[in-house]
Amino acid sequence: MATKASRSAARMMMAPAVVLLLGWMLVPLIMTLWFSFRTYLPLRGGDQGWTGFDNYVRFVTSSAFWPAVQTTLVIVIGVLAITVVLGVLLAMLLDQPMWGQGVVRILVIAPFFVMPTVSALVWKNMFMDPVNGLFSHLWRFFGAEPVSWLSDAAMPSIIMIVSWQWLPFATLILLTAIQSLDSEQLEAAEMDGAPPLKRFFFIVLPHLSRAITIVILIQTIFLLAIFAEIFVTTGGAFGTRTLSYLIFQRVLESQNVGLGSAGGVYAIILANIVAIFLMRIVGKNLDN
Amino acid sequence: MYLKNALRAATAFALVTGAAAQAETITIATVNNGDMIRMQGYTDDFTAKTGHTVEWVTLEENVLRQRVTTDITTKGGQFDIMTIGMYETPIWGANGWLVPLDGLSAEYDVDDILPAMAAGLSHDGTLYAAPFYGESSMIMYRTDLMEKAGLEMPDSPTWEFIREAAAAMTDRANEVNGICLRGKAGWGEGGAFINTMANSFGARVFDEDWNAQLDSEAWANTLNFFVEMMSESGPPGYATNGFNENLSLFQQGKCGMWIDATVAASFVTNPNDSTVADSVGFALAPNTGLGKNANWLWAWALAIPAGTAKADAAKQFIEWATSKEYIELVAANEGWANVPPGARTSLYENPEYQAVPFAQKTLDSILSADPQNPTVDPVPYVGIQFAAIPEWAGFWTEVSQEFSAAYAGQQTVEEALAKAQAIANEAVEAAGYK
Repeated sequence: MATKASRSAARMMMAPAVVLLLGWMLVPLIMTLWFSFRTYLPLRGGDQGWTGFDNYVRFVTSSAFWPAVQTTLVIVIGVLAITVVLGVLLAMLLDQPMWGQGVVRILVIAPFFVMPTVSALVWKNMFMDPVNGLFSHLWRFFGAEPVSWLSDAAMPSIIMIVSWQWLPFATLILLTAIQSLDSEQLEAAEMDGAPPLKRFFFIVLPHLSRAITIVILIQTIFLLAIFAEIFVTTGGAFGTRTLSYLIFQRVLESQNVGLGSAGGVYAIILANIVAIFLMRIVGKNLDN
Repeated sequence: MYLKNALRAATAFALVTGAAAQAETITIATVNNGDMIRMQGYTDDFTAKTGHTVEWVTLEENVLRQRVTTDITTKGGQFDIMTIGMYETPIWGANGWLVPLDGLSAEYDVDDILPAMAAGLSHDGTLYAAPFYGESSMIMYRTDLMEKAGLEMPDSPTWEFIREAAAAMTDRANEVNGICLRGKAGWGEGGAFINTMANSFGARVFDEDWNAQLDSEAWANTLNFFVEMMSESGPPGYATNGFNENLSLFQQGKCGMWIDATVAASFVTNPNDSTVADSVGFALAPNTGLGKNANWLWAWALAIPAGTAKADAAKQFIEWATSKEYIELVAANEGWANVPPGARTSLYENPEYQAVPFAQKTLDSILSADPQNPTVDPVPYVGIQFAAIPEWAGFWTEVSQEFSAAYAGQQTVEEALAKAQAIANEAVEAAGYK
């Protein structure tokens, strides 16, 4: 049992780490807030003083704002739908006893270890290039006209690239959950004459619900800030400009730190709304 | 005893710092264009001459621009030398962000730099960046395909002729596209090309009172012509093609014509890299008879950010890389066709270089570009493929994204131009031009 003295000692020892972590979080946050209320144009002489809520108003009234929010949500929802559905299927497949199971599992997980920029470059140049890409050769082999993936179907292409990267994560979490499923329960259902689809919907899926929620929660947090894949493949063109990409454009391309910081504050608010919403669902799931 | 030790320590310290002052390691940010890659291969020559070593950070054009701009505005100090162009140099020089390149040695012969290049890389008469190579843009075309189509390229063709020739050379079954042009979003990529083309169609970005002119008929004509010609004769996915993508297509024999930087001429005529090296011809960039050819003026130049502790070593590197000796070094090893072009007058007076097939056309293109009067109607800005204002890179990148979306058929030309008009007006209003 902890004494009063040992508790104080623990607090003392933890304090440096807590202070460091808080500073790590708070300093950039406070700087973003500070700059969002200032006219800060590095190419025009730097900080030019207070501007009130002008940056906030300009950021949301810009014609690029709502399309960017919409694009962000489409990518998040698209990737989540693909990774969860395919993740469940793959997890069930990988749970079956098969020859070379270890190697197959490593291969399935491998994309998760590839850097986002590298995977985007590989997809762009080796697969999706309309002249020299693998897909264009495949299309031509079957007598079809090659598709200009990254311009004609930019959003589906980006969703595909990002899904490819996140599918292993979803599969891994869901596989672990499936392995914890009591096989006797399934056998009993089978003996009672429940067909495979019913066994899946009434036993496997409810068992996976908590794992699915965790996958959705973690992926959403990362996907809201998606950037590298868009930067490498389309440069924000063809309707692929997400909120984080818009902030990048405002701060780095337009060199308007104040305006971009206001965008950053909006992004933080949006991410927190989503996180709180999802945490409530997780909490509900855990209670059940 | 104490004094003796102190003296020894001081001597050792002086020796160490002295040695450090003699041999530095400088970090250079550069673009992944062929001439720069070649320069990296000769770094040993610089190290042997000066003792300084070099660390390279080689980046794709759009990325380089963002990295060096961020570094200079935040005083990040990551680089001792930056590769920048005619857009950045005067603005950064005026802000005091670059070390003036004065006091260069007599052998360097600063007066030999082509006047057009020196003017574009100066502010108030002070040179802030030395041109590694200079360029305009011109037509590079396949002489064999032209002949097969029964056509002859004029010295200074019109856009109508180019469109007809492109259609005649297109052979989709054999993956030959009549014309390859930049459509990739980015102010220095597709954005630079379309602006230059618009100048030749009589369009301008702003009128003299800084009112955006992107809703004008001339701009609609430019974009409609471009989209129609590229749909008829361009490669698939041209909306994502920039300089390097088109270079690769041309070298693979998949383009009949390519209108782009004059510096590409050495790469498309190099038999080691190009499958069509022996059948490439050159002509001035097209026009519409209004007195302006669609050719830009640009230099990729080396500059020293103010605040670097290694300015002396950096200056030595710049003197080495942009010198006549460097040009001779490359010529001796790889032939005159492969030297960095467009920077020095003496190069174009050299009879050996004059024998290079694209030398004269490059010079003619450079000399015909006039950044002070880039458009048919007067404008309040300087620059051909850009307007030399700090806001340009930001808003023209957005404009070029709208154009790329129109190239890909995601919106009409009219929709793209309406959005571009709003973006441009918003940018100059926010910057206080009107």
